[in-house]
Amino acid sequence: MDLLSMLIFIPVLTVLVLFFVKDMRAVRVVSAVGIGLEALAVIRLTSLYVQARHAGATADFLFTRDVPWFRPLNIHYYVGVDGIAISMLLLTAIVLLAGVFVSWSIEDLTREFYISLIVLGTGVFGFFVSLDLFTMFLFYELAVIPMYLLIGIWGSGRKEFAAMKLTLMLMGASALILVSILGIYFYGGRTFNMEELATTRIPLDAQRFFFPMAFVGFGVLGALFPFHTWSPDGHASAPTAVSMLHAGVLMKLGTYGAFRVAMYLLPVAAREMAPFFMVLAVIGTVYGAFGAIKQRDLKYINAYSSVSHLGLIFLGLLALNRTGYTGAVLQMISHGLMTAVFFALIGMIYGRTHTRDVTRMGGLLKVLPFIGAVYVITGFASLGLPGLSGFVAEMQIFVGAFRNADMYHRVFTVLAVSAIVVTAVYILRVVGMMLMGPLKDPHYQDLPRVYWYERLGGLLVFIPVVLIGVAPLWLTNLIWDSMEPIVRQLSQYMQ
Amino acid sequence: MDFGYTIWIFVLPILSFLAIGLLGTRPALTGRSELLRGRVWGWIGTGAVFGSWLLALVTAYRYFFVLGTPDGHRPVVFGAKWVWMRFSEHLSFDMGILLDPISVMMLVVVTTVSFLVHLYSTGYMAGERGYARFFAFLSLFTVSMLGLVVATNIFQMYFFWELVGVSSYLLIGFYYDKPSAVAAAKKAFIVTRFADLGFLIGILILSYYAGTFDFQTLVSAGGPVLGGPAGRSFMGLSVFGWALGLIFMGGAGKSAMFPLHIWLPDAMEGPTPVSALIHAATMVVAGVYLVARLFPLYHEVDGGAILRLVAWTGGITSLIAALIAMTQEDIKRVLAYSTMSQLGYMMLALGVSGLHGHEGLGYMASMFHLFTHAMFKALLFLGAGSVIHAVHSNLMRDMGGLRKYMPVTHLTFLVACLAISGIPPFSGFFSKDEILAAAFERDKLLFVIEYAVAGITAFYMFRIYFGIFWGRERTYAHTPHESPAVMTIPLVVLAILSVLTGLVPFGEYVTADRTPYHGHINWPLALASIAVGVVGILVAKRFYQRPNDLPARAAEMWGRWYKWTRDKFYIDEIYQFVAHKIMFAGIAAPVAWFDRHVVDGFMRGLGWMTETFSLLIADLQSGRVRQYAFVFMGGLIALVLLVLFVTGLLNG
Repeated sequence: MDLLSMLIFIPVLTVLVLFFVKDMRAVRVVSAVGIGLEALAVIRLTSLYVQARHAGATADFLFTRDVPWFRPLNIHYYVGVDGIAISMLLLTAIVLLAGVFVSWSIEDLTREFYISLIVLGTGVFGFFVSLDLFTMFLFYELAVIPMYLLIGIWGSGRKEFAAMKLTLMLMGASALILVSILGIYFYGGRTFNMEELATTRIPLDAQRFFFPMAFVGFGVLGALFPFHTWSPDGHASAPTAVSMLHAGVLMKLGTYGAFRVAMYLLPVAAREMAPFFMVLAVIGTVYGAFGAIKQRDLKYINAYSSVSHLGLIFLGLLALNRTGYTGAVLQMISHGLMTAVFFALIGMIYGRTHTRDVTRMGGLLKVLPFIGAVYVITGFASLGLPGLSGFVAEMQIFVGAFRNADMYHRVFTVLAVSAIVVTAVYILRVVGMMLMGPLKDPHYQDLPRVYWYERLGGLLVFIPVVLIGVAPLWLTNLIWDSMEPIVRQLSQYMQ
Repeated sequence: MDFGYTIWIFVLPILSFLAIGLLGTRPALTGRSELLRGRVWGWIGTGAVFGSWLLALVTAYRYFFVLGTPDGHRPVVFGAKWVWMRFSEHLSFDMGILLDPISVMMLVVVTTVSFLVHLYSTGYMAGERGYARFFAFLSLFTVSMLGLVVATNIFQMYFFWELVGVSSYLLIGFYYDKPSAVAAAKKAFIVTRFADLGFLIGILILSYYAGTFDFQTLVSAGGPVLGGPAGRSFMGLSVFGWALGLIFMGGAGKSAMFPLHIWLPDAMEGPTPVSALIHAATMVVAGVYLVARLFPLYHEVDGGAILRLVAWTGGITSLIAALIAMTQEDIKRVLAYSTMSQLGYMMLALGVSGLHGHEGLGYMASMFHLFTHAMFKALLFLGAGSVIHAVHSNLMRDMGGLRKYMPVTHLTFLVACLAISGIPPFSGFFSKDEILAAAFERDKLLFVIEYAVAGITAFYMFRIYFGIFWGRERTYAHTPHESPAVMTIPLVVLAILSVLTGLVPFGEYVTADRTPYHGHINWPLALASIAVGVVGILVAKRFYQRPNDLPARAAEMWGRWYKWTRDKFYIDEIYQFVAHKIMFAGIAAPVAWFDRHVVDGFMRGLGWMTETFSLLIADLQSGRVRQYAFVFMGGLIALVLLVLFVTGLLNG
C-alpha cells in the first residue's frame, strides 16, 4: 500500500482495533500507539518528500495514487501531496497525538471517545491528501460530524446547545461547499480531479458565482468574520482534546479549503473579489482581538484570539502573492500549534481549579510553574514575539500584504498590523490576572501536580512552536517551493 | 582579519540561559541540594557573561587598534551572516554580526555593564525566591541586547528589539506576586509595543520601497533610498520620510522619549540591578542607537525633516524629565527621570548633527554620552541598590546620614553624581560639553534648554546625594552596613570607569562617517556649563545637606508648579483615560456586546427558525443522539444524491 493511503489506513485500523478492546487502559495505549505510528508515517513521508524534491522531482504533487471508485460520475480516490499538504499533515499528526495524551484521564465512555477522536483525525488526514474534490468533501464531512458527538457527550456547560449550534453552522457551510464543488465539476469538464481542473478555464460567470460560495463555505469553518460565532460557544463547551483538534486542525480545513479549492480552482474570481474578502479578514483580525480583551472565560479568550489569528491567515491568502500565501500556511501551522497548547493548558488548569474565569484566579504561576511557564511563552508566541512561530508567520503575511501598493490595501494592512498591540493587551491581561499576582484562593496551594501525560501532551505541541520560531528556514522553503503551481494559476489571468 | 569568533559572544550567554532556564528552575532537580538551589546558577550566568566581556574587549582591541583605518575610514566587518528566513527571491531576513565603530563600542558597553550587574546580583539577589529564574532572564536579556547591537539589518534589529522588550517585561515583573510589579511590566510592554508598531510599519515600508533590510545597502549613498528618485510622497513627506518617522517612533518608545516615556518610571518596580542594566545603561539607549545606525538616512531624507523631529523630541524630553526629577521622593524614580533626561540629550545631539568632520560633532557627542552615561548611570543605580539593600526602602524620607555606615557606596555615588553633573575631570563633563557645543552651533533655543537642564540635573542629583548620605540623622531599626564585596567591587570598577572614560579621545574612534576626527574642548562653553553645574550643586547643598525648612518653603512658593511636576504633569492620567475610557469601555466592551448580541443573535435567529420548524415535526424527536446521527447522515447522503441527480439531469 502506498504511503498516503497508509495515512488513512492506520487510523482506520486503530479504530477497528478499539472496537474489540474493553479495558480502559488498553484503549489509551492502543490509541497512543496507533496515532504514534501515524505520526511516524507522516515524518517518514516528509523525509521521503524532501529527498524526492532534492533528487529533482518536479511534479506539482508527489506520491500520487489514482483509483476510480465511481466511474459514472468520474469520482476518483486520488491522493497526492505537496509541501503545503505535508506541513498540514505534520501539524495534524502532532496535535492529534497530543490530544490523545491530554485526554488520558477521561473515564466516561473512554473507548467511544477515542474512537470519535480518531475518526475525526482520519477525516482530517484524508482531507489533506485528497486531490479529488469529491473524496476531499467526504473526508471533510467525516471530520466535522464526530464533532457533534464529541461536544454533545463529553463536553461541559451548555454542551447540547453548543454542539447543535456548531453543527448547524458547519452543515450550512457544507451545503455551500457542496454546491460550489458541483459547480466546479460541471463547468470544469466533469471532473473532480484538482490537477485537471487547474488547467481548465472555468467560465468567468461560473467563477463569479461559485467563488463566494466556496470561499464563504470554507470560511465558516475558518471563522471568517462574521461567520465565526460558532467558535466561542463550541470551544467553550468542547472537551480539551476536541478544542485542541478543532481550533488546531479543523479550522485549518477551512482556510486550506478556501485556498486549495476556492482560490486555486477559481482564480479569476478570486482576484476580483479578494479586496472585498480582505476587508472581512481585517475586520476579523482587529475585531477578534478587541473581542478577546473583555472576555473572562479562558476558552472564550482563546476563541476570539483564534478569530483574530485566522483573520491574518485570510489576509495572507488574499494578498495574492507568494509571500502572503507562504505566510498564510505558516500561520495555519503556527496558530494550530499555539492554540492547541493553549487549550491543552486551559484543560489542565480547569481540571484543577474547576473554573475558567480569569478574574477568579491569580498567582497560579507559583503553584503550577510548568503550566504557567508554558502558558506565558505560548502567549508570547501568540502576540508575535520573535523566536517563536507566530512571528515567522505574521511577518511573512505582513510583508506579503504590503506588496499591494494602493491606498486601499495599505489602509487595511496597517489596520491588521495594529492588531499586534491589541493582542499584547489581551495576552498580558490574562497572564497578569491568572498567573501573576498574589494567590487568590488558599486552596490553590495544594493543587495536584502535572501528570506525565499532560506534560507530554503539552510539550508535543509546544516544542514545535519554539523550533519553528528559532529556525524557520526549512519550513518556509518547504512551503514556498510548493507555491509554484498556485502562483502560476493565480497570475496567469492577470490583466 | 577574521572576526568569526565573535559568535561566541552570543553563544556563551545563550548556553547559560538554556542551562539556567531549563535546569535551574526545576524544583525536582534543584530541591535536593543546597548548592543547586542557590548560588551556582548565579555563577554560571556571571561566568558566561564574563567570557563574553573578555571576547568583546578583544574584539574592540582588534577592531580599533589592530585593524585601524586601512583607507582613512574605519571599515565595516562581518563576523557572520546567514539567511534566517526568506520573504521572496530577492528579499531575505538575515542574521549576522556587523562590526563597525558603534556596534563594537556597544558590545563593550553591554558586556561590561552586564558582567558587573551579574556580579553585583549574585550578592543583591542572594536568598531571593526565583534566584535561578532571575539569572536566566538576565542572560536572555544579554543575548538579546547583543543581538540588537550587532544586527546586520533592520529586521534582525527588530527581532532582538522585541526580545529585549520581553526580557524587560519578565524582569520588571520579576516579583510577580506584587500587583504593582505586574501592572508596571504590562504597561512597559504595551507602551513599547505600541511604539514598535510604528517601527514595524516603517520596516514594511522599507521592505516594499527599498527592497532590502540591509543596513549597509540602506545607508549607502547609491543605495535604494539615497541613490534613487525621491519616491512617492504622502502628506508632504516622501515614503522614506514616513518610514524613518515611524521607525523613530519605535526608537522613541524604547528610549522613553516624551510622550512615550510613561513606562520607564514604573519599570523601577523591577529589582534594582535590572534597572541599572536594562533601564539605564543598555536597553533604553537602543532607540538612540537605532537613529545612529540609520543616521545617514535621517540626515538626508526629506532635507532632514525627521532629524529635526528627533532633536526636538530629545530636547523636550530632557527638559520635562529633569523638571519631574526635581520633586520625586522615590530615589529610583528620580534616577529613572534622570535617565530619560540624559537620553533626551543623546537624541538631541543626534538631531543637531551633520555627517562629516566638525559638522558631525553631535553624532560623536551622542555616542560618547551614551558610553559615559552607561557607566555612571549604572553606577548610580547600583549604588542606590546598595542603599536600598541596607535600609529596605526606596524612599528618600527613610534615608539620611548614611555616609557613616556605607563609605564605599557613599564615595562611588558621589563620583557618579559629579560625573552626571558635568564636573571635570569626571566623564560626564566631556561628553555633555560636546553635546552643548553641537547644540550651540545648530540651534540656540535648544542650547538654552539643554543648558538649563544641565543645571537642574546637578541640583536634583545632589538633592538625592545629600538626602541619602547627609541630611537628617536617623535611627534605623537595623543598623545599615556596607554591602558585601561582590556588590562593592562593581561599584568601584564603575566609579573608576566613570572617571576614565571621559578621557578617551572618542572622535578618534566613533564618528558619523567612520573617519577619525580630532575634537577640541570649546572652553568658553565648557566653563559656562561647569558654572551652571556648580550652582546646581550649591543650591542642593544649601537645601539638603542639613535639615532645614528651605525645601518646604520653596515647595510652598512654587505652589501649583511644584504640584504639577510632582504629579508628573498628569501624563499618566491622560493615558489612563485613553486606555480605559476609550480602548476598553469605548471599543472592547461594545465589540464584545455586539458580537454576542448582534452577530450571534442573527445566527441564533436562524437557529430559532429551525427550531420552530422542527416543533412541527416533533414526533421524530426520540432524544437518542445515535438515531439523530443516522438520520442526519442519511439525509445528507440523500441530499447529495438529489443534487447530483438534478444537476446531472439538467446538464446531461
